[in-house]
Amino acid sequence: MTESPILAARGLTLSFGIIPALLNVDMELYSGEILAVVGESGSGKTTLLNVLSGGLRPRSGIVTYRDPGGAVHDVHAMPPPMLRTLQRSDWGFVHQDPCRSLRMNVSAGGNVGERLMARGARHYGDIRAQALDWLEQVEIDADRIDDLPLTFSGGMLQRLQIARTLVTHPRLVFMDEPTGGLDVSVQARLLDLIRSLVARLGVAVVLVTHDLAVARLLGHRIAVMQRGRVVETGLTDQVLDDPRHPYTQLLVSSVLQA
Amino acid sequence: MTEALLRTEGLAKSFTLHLRGGLRLPVLDGIDLAVEAGQCVVLSGPSGAGKSTLLRSLYGNYRADTGRILVRHLGRTVDIAGADPRTILAVRHHTMAYVSQFLRVVPRVPALDIVAEALIGRGPSAAEALDLAAAMLLSLNIPRRLHGIPPATFSGGEQQRVNLARGFIAGHPILLLDEPTASLDADNRAVVVRMIQDAKARGTAIVAICHDLDVRDRIADRLFPVTPYREAA
Repeated sequence: MTESPILAARGLTLSFGIIPALLNVDMELYSGEILAVVGESGSGKTTLLNVLSGGLRPRSGIVTYRDPGGAVHDVHAMPPPMLRTLQRSDWGFVHQDPCRSLRMNVSAGGNVGERLMARGARHYGDIRAQALDWLEQVEIDADRIDDLPLTFSGGMLQRLQIARTLVTHPRLVFMDEPTGGLDVSVQARLLDLIRSLVARLGVAVVLVTHDLAVARLLGHRIAVMQRGRVVETGLTDQVLDDPRHPYTQLLVSSVLQA
Repeated sequence: MTEALLRTEGLAKSFTLHLRGGLRLPVLDGIDLAVEAGQCVVLSGPSGAGKSTLLRSLYGNYRADTGRILVRHLGRTVDIAGADPRTILAVRHHTMAYVSQFLRVVPRVPALDIVAEALIGRGPSAAEALDLAAAMLLSLNIPRRLHGIPPATFSGGEQQRVNLARGFIAGHPILLLDEPTASLDADNRAVVVRMIQDAKARGTAIVAICHDLDVRDRIADRLFPVTPYREAA
């Protein structure tokens, strides 16, 4: 219980013009933990994800990352090459639109292998073997390894993106609506996959979703955002079953029962 | 006198409904409950008195307004009412299991894995966990042909038995049971009564809600009355 967080933010504030996107946001994330960030569109979820992952600089506040050696780094004060190295290996990003991180004119196996090569792997046989292993883990048939992602369905593309992200065994993964826009049946399969892979690899995840069922299934803890603020945070089942903030109560009571 | 594994002091719980103009519903007040090792306390009281609310508060699923919920956890005492989320998750992993009335099914995950998952990180290897889970399901009369199927399609009674298997398999020192036999037939009720009696013999502290008087008489060491909250006149 005394270990320190792998990622922490204090007092994050950012506005776009006169629109406040983040207001004094604090968060902590520990190894092996999934933090679900929920809220409606425009609540600041994706902005928070981009600030945490170093893509967007806050007007004030600090984001710190603890490396495997225990050293703590200010994410926004890091030299750019160091941040890029992190983003290529220790960190991963799963976008809602897989085309943002996949290369559509490179084979499926190439997409997975590329991230290994970016980290320094050079042995072709090893890279292909690992790519194959990961395609299998995300339930893509081995005989599709040389096919272009262009020929894949939406659900397969998302699984390919997850394989590409996890192949380097990142310690920290940012996910932005990873199951958004997918059919329900495909979504269930993907959720189960994310859940088991994350548990097995012990990855820390910040998961942005507007879907409370996804948050409940995957999140150990939850943060509810409204107009740039975190209005309520705690254990996922606590916040969803016993919501205290008026906005959380509204969110929970607005979910349709299937 | 043995030390209580689970004890509450002055526990109070209310709900504030912001969507109903801030209406405040007090449910529990001044709850002092103590459960020792090997003891089963059954909460009694009419429907709506707050029995499930008390059980959920003990588990940390509902947040207490005031008071303390003291749990013996790995040789120390933890106050669930004031603990941070990670501590509560650790207590749930090692010390306290909760069997709800309804199984919240995870899509696509077979019954066997749902039960075996409760053993992850507790000693047994993955293969051993699957064997233990299969044995537990069989003892609850879930036939092997159903083990590989996600329980979404199971009957209510079958789902409840999967839920019970998951709750009992890891041998947590504290068990919270919400209507463990509600949708079971007589044979399966008898199996569950025996499981509860075995758990007590192993020193498990149990808090249960149970409307079936026959089952209640066979598992309860004492009753703890939960009365509907009354505003002071």
